Amino acid sequence: MAVDAEAQFHVLAVDDSLLDRKLIERLLKTSSFQVTTVDSGSKALEVLGLKEDQTSTPALSPEHNEIEVNLVITDYCMPGMTGYDLLKKIKESSSLKDIPVVIMSSENVPSRINRCLEEGAEEFFLKPVQLSDMRRLRPHILKGKHKEQQLHQEENSNTNHIIISSSNNNNMSNKRKAMDEEVLSERTRLRFSSSSLNVI
Amino acid sequence: MESDRLQKLYIDFASVVFREGFLDNQYTQLQQLQDESEPKFVLQVGTLFLEDSGKLINGLRSILDQQDVDFEKLDACVRKLMGSSASIGARRVKNVCMAFHNSCKKGSKEGCLKCLQQVAQEYLLVKRKLETLFKLETQILAAGGSVPLLSQ
Repeated sequence: MAVDAEAQFHVLAVDDSLLDRKLIERLLKTSSFQVTTVDSGSKALEVLGLKEDQTSTPALSPEHNEIEVNLVITDYCMPGMTGYDLLKKIKESSSLKDIPVVIMSSENVPSRINRCLEEGAEEFFLKPVQLSDMRRLRPHILKGKHKEQQLHQEENSNTNHIIISSSNNNNMSNKRKAMDEEVLSERTRLRFSSSSLNVI
Repeated sequence: MESDRLQKLYIDFASVVFREGFLDNQYTQLQQLQDESEPKFVLQVGTLFLEDSGKLINGLRSILDQQDVDFEKLDACVRKLMGSSASIGARRVKNVCMAFHNSCKKGSKEGCLKCLQQVAQEYLLVKRKLETLFKLETQILAAGGSVPLLSQ
């Protein structure tokens, strides 16, 4: 099953600010993404088919009440469930952990950025998000799909039972092996505000 | 031609607005996101900003009116205002918010009151500028012209 690079991908955007939701929606639509916006982490989990206290989606067929989400982009500072909390929930879920997550924040706090990357976020965008930032989303989606494909191929070709470690996503070096150079440079190239020269 | 005249008026007015720092390149970014499928994008986002900010400033005022000022709550509100002003490109409002944020961190009621006064003033100034820009943009489009993109 080949991945069509021109296929329309679906992004779930999470932000409690209506203004910022309008902005990110416009940025994503202009960049040919299908968009769903929600105003909280708990609503995001609903869209993803996960209730707040669950760790795996109920055994329903994919078409039942669920939309396929290819990437989640979320604000960090939100009341109730923060973007970081949402990220954790997604990465802890067996069914959702391979969905790439991008965090946005208006504050450039290196410890916050590190925390999110360590928890499995693909990127950290400084707000206000720019149109040029949208270009960095597709590689993460395609990488995720490629991983999915590889997994299916392995399952089909092996007769032995494969145990897949669920902690793989948090292991930076495992991630690096799976990445090609272009994706690696995308991942480590973060946007910093021009007024601060913080190096992580 | 009417749209030419309006465009020139727009450019002259907007140049001053940019030069005096009321708006910055983020506003231009928003203009670039506007097209036939979303012809009122800048107007919608701008209106949202003005409404949100008005409410936030009133909120700041009531927190500072309390005997015991909750500086954390105040700071959370200031950061929200800072975020929306950054999203629209309202640079002067954003800059006052940064000073306001510092006063919150220091727990200085006096400093915060001064910042509140400044932010309220900058808000009113940028509100007038934005409303004029929106009016001119609407008139240019009605006259069949296109809105000039501004650069700092």
